Amino acid sequence: MAGNNNSRTMRIHLKVWRQKDKSSEGRLVDYTLDTVSPDMSFLEMIDVLNGQLVGRGEEPIAFAHDCREGICGSCAMVIDGEPHGPQTGTTTCQLHMRTFNDGDTIVVEPFRAKAFPVIKDLVTDRSALDRIQAAGGYVSVSTGNAPDGNAIPIAKDLADAAMDAAACIQCGACVAACRNGSAMLFVSAKVSQFALLPQGQAERERRVSRMVWQMDEEDFGSCTNMGSCAAACPKEIKVDNIARMNREFGRAMLFGQQREQRSED
Amino acid sequence: MNLDSKIPSGPISEKWTKHQFDSKLVNPANRRKFNLIVVGSGLAGASASAALAELGYNVKTMCIHDSPRRAHSIAAQGGINAAKNYQNDGDSIYRLFYDTIKGGDFRSREANVYRLAQNSVKIIDHCVALGVPFAREYGGLLANRSFGGAQVSRTFYARGQTGQQLLLGAYSAMMRQVDSKKIELLNFREMLDLVLIDGKARGVICRNVLTGEIESHAADAVVLATGGYGNVFYLSTNAKWSNATAIWRAHRRGAAFGNPCFTQIHPTCIPVSGDYQSKLTLMSESLRNDGRVWVPKDANDTRTPDQIPEEDRDYYLERIYPSFGNLAPRDIASRQAKFVCDEGRGVGSTKLAVYLDFAAAIKRDGQDVIAGKYGNLFQMYEKITGDDPYKVPMRIFPAVHYTMGGLWVDYNLQSTIPGLHVLGEANFSDHGANRLGASALMQGLADGYFVIPSTLAHYLGSTKLDKIDTNHEAFKEAQANVQSGISRLMNIKGNKTADELHRKLGKLMWDNCGMERSEQSLKKLLEEIPKLRDEFWNDLRIPGEAASLNQELERAGRVADFIDLGELMARDAMERRESCGGHFRTEFQTPDNEAQRDDENFCHVAVWEHQGEGKAAKRHIESLNFENIKLATRSYK
Repeated sequence: MAGNNNSRTMRIHLKVWRQKDKSSEGRLVDYTLDTVSPDMSFLEMIDVLNGQLVGRGEEPIAFAHDCREGICGSCAMVIDGEPHGPQTGTTTCQLHMRTFNDGDTIVVEPFRAKAFPVIKDLVTDRSALDRIQAAGGYVSVSTGNAPDGNAIPIAKDLADAAMDAAACIQCGACVAACRNGSAMLFVSAKVSQFALLPQGQAERERRVSRMVWQMDEEDFGSCTNMGSCAAACPKEIKVDNIARMNREFGRAMLFGQQREQRSED
Repeated sequence: MNLDSKIPSGPISEKWTKHQFDSKLVNPANRRKFNLIVVGSGLAGASASAALAELGYNVKTMCIHDSPRRAHSIAAQGGINAAKNYQNDGDSIYRLFYDTIKGGDFRSREANVYRLAQNSVKIIDHCVALGVPFAREYGGLLANRSFGGAQVSRTFYARGQTGQQLLLGAYSAMMRQVDSKKIELLNFREMLDLVLIDGKARGVICRNVLTGEIESHAADAVVLATGGYGNVFYLSTNAKWSNATAIWRAHRRGAAFGNPCFTQIHPTCIPVSGDYQSKLTLMSESLRNDGRVWVPKDANDTRTPDQIPEEDRDYYLERIYPSFGNLAPRDIASRQAKFVCDEGRGVGSTKLAVYLDFAAAIKRDGQDVIAGKYGNLFQMYEKITGDDPYKVPMRIFPAVHYTMGGLWVDYNLQSTIPGLHVLGEANFSDHGANRLGASALMQGLADGYFVIPSTLAHYLGSTKLDKIDTNHEAFKEAQANVQSGISRLMNIKGNKTADELHRKLGKLMWDNCGMERSEQSLKKLLEEIPKLRDEFWNDLRIPGEAASLNQELERAGRVADFIDLGELMARDAMERRESCGGHFRTEFQTPDNEAQRDDENFCHVAVWEHQGEGKAAKRHIESLNFENIKLATRSYK
């Protein structure tokens, strides 16, 4: 039972990516922690290490994190080569040290992709994903217009399927896992949510085409159907969404969607 | 200090409509002449940004994250209340109003709460229209469940991720406005000061956390929606970055603080497992729809839960509160959990936990049904504890979750600084001394989507605002103030990390101003905090430079503010010589250990005014008048 493991501690060796800023070269630096509790979360272990580093007057490891409940999508580490580490369906913050063994060496790196520049250590800039959302990830309805909530009945299985897709936390693990750095799983999850729901129908073609084109502009790679995105996804978003997005995009082209010039400032 | 609550006259059900009619408007062509700043991008901030931009105002929205969608509203699990009465179980706007006033132990404003209940209905409609995938029945209509403090099912939900889905709805509406350039999104910004010109809020100073650059932003009005301050306690269900800096710095510039000691301790959180613990994780209140809370009857019972027969278990909530049972409100359920643990009947290795048991529900409905309702919560519990709640009862314990206190606002959600409006958890309104479950999401969205668009228009339409820009003296003064604050922190060059000092503060607060408080504990706290403050300002260490991404610097600034706010909380708790809701003074309790209010002397909001650095804040009061609901002793028995 948790809470009873305090007497048993582990020695963990870490190789952590340290990079001063965007323009500096980074490298893996070795650290060892002698008293890691199996009940610690992975981030709590980094907290302990950071406490020691600050104690020695060194700069702590910068990393993004916030809710530590697996829902905000901030935390983003590649652990032993896998985004969010070895446990399936788990964000870095929810990964616990009981997953590892005494004496293990763990390699910790940032999410790597052309579209996610490293800002410092393990922190990357993932705002490209927001720009894709802004291109079409919404239903255009202004406040005050809505009919009664029950005026739009939605079959339970459709609502459930939309919810499955909407569970995406925008962490970017799918991008980091993809050898092409593609954001197809992320974009397709949003496209699917609205393609499945009646509320999304009015903007169906416009939405998918604008989101896909924005994705292209943000330096994400192409999808080659490897499926490593879905395998890495901490929310287990299904790869079927990509198939649905491809259908939606093809349909939008048939309906004559035209690519507009979107100037970025 | 002018504490006019600006509550409109007339019958309660007509106040808001009348107020909207009496308010000034800004015509559509003029709206684009106004620049607004919204700080924070959770439910309140995102919905306000979207709604204001939709109306045509120019909005700048700031958030500390890379993406506005990471605000901590995202983690709200259980649901959102609305008086739809879709279940035909006797709900109404008036009943939601009544339940919320009673749940708040008669320490909130009637008019605000009634408006909240009215707007609740429109929130659901709007969120559905935005494509929020709420849970549905087979017929395609919206599903509901029950939450604490209510005997009707009025809670709408999206699995255990309601906050996420509602926030994504508001975020999507906001991103639509970013795309049409009505919102300028300023991510990676932390607000560090408020700028006042002629006594009005005219802008903010913020730090770009990536570059360390200190920026000035001017506006015609400022909206703060920066959430609560539960992280004063270090360990709480709040996110690690949730902080009080924006509201605290506004307080120092003159915004009064309402009821700082009103803190909500949530009864069902995963217990602490070690000293390294960085935060606590909530297990949604919705679990109490099907989970039964119990401890062994005998303190010396060392059997595993499956070996303890029914007759040796004490389902204490069902026993003490037969009509509400496991769905007693949060303050009450938390306190009872503490009482049974104080009696030595707690479970687990630390004896600081109680069981939340799903065996009966699984037997009744089957595992699939339970998994359908709470699957992600069960999974989260298993990841954190290593135990499978389908087989072993969850072990839970109360933890700091929400702060009902916050910046004082009038009916227009305006603080004591003209032009500074405060929304959501950051303000003190609506929840009194205890918030009911599924009401935080309701308040955040009501404030943002439906209240602020009207009340801010009134301010803009009725106030003379001179043309100013960031070259104004006031911006230079505030910039210099922020710069010197940062230099002061960087130059301490001591030996302790901000986290270490924060943990110390948290323990002091939890031990002395937590689930229960007493004159003695508060006295001790008020002696200890100044010592901790000295320690902080003499022994803090921040490596690295201020002019780059420096997470230790960010943390340190927040901890400095938490220390000062903690002291104000202690003083507020000391002065409120009664128990009410989450504020439980051990000296004031009924013979059966319930909170004993003192309506004669404390039926008011305590409003604290900053008096300058190093000086004690001054306490004012806003009396609460109950014209519709009779003050009564709260009973859930």
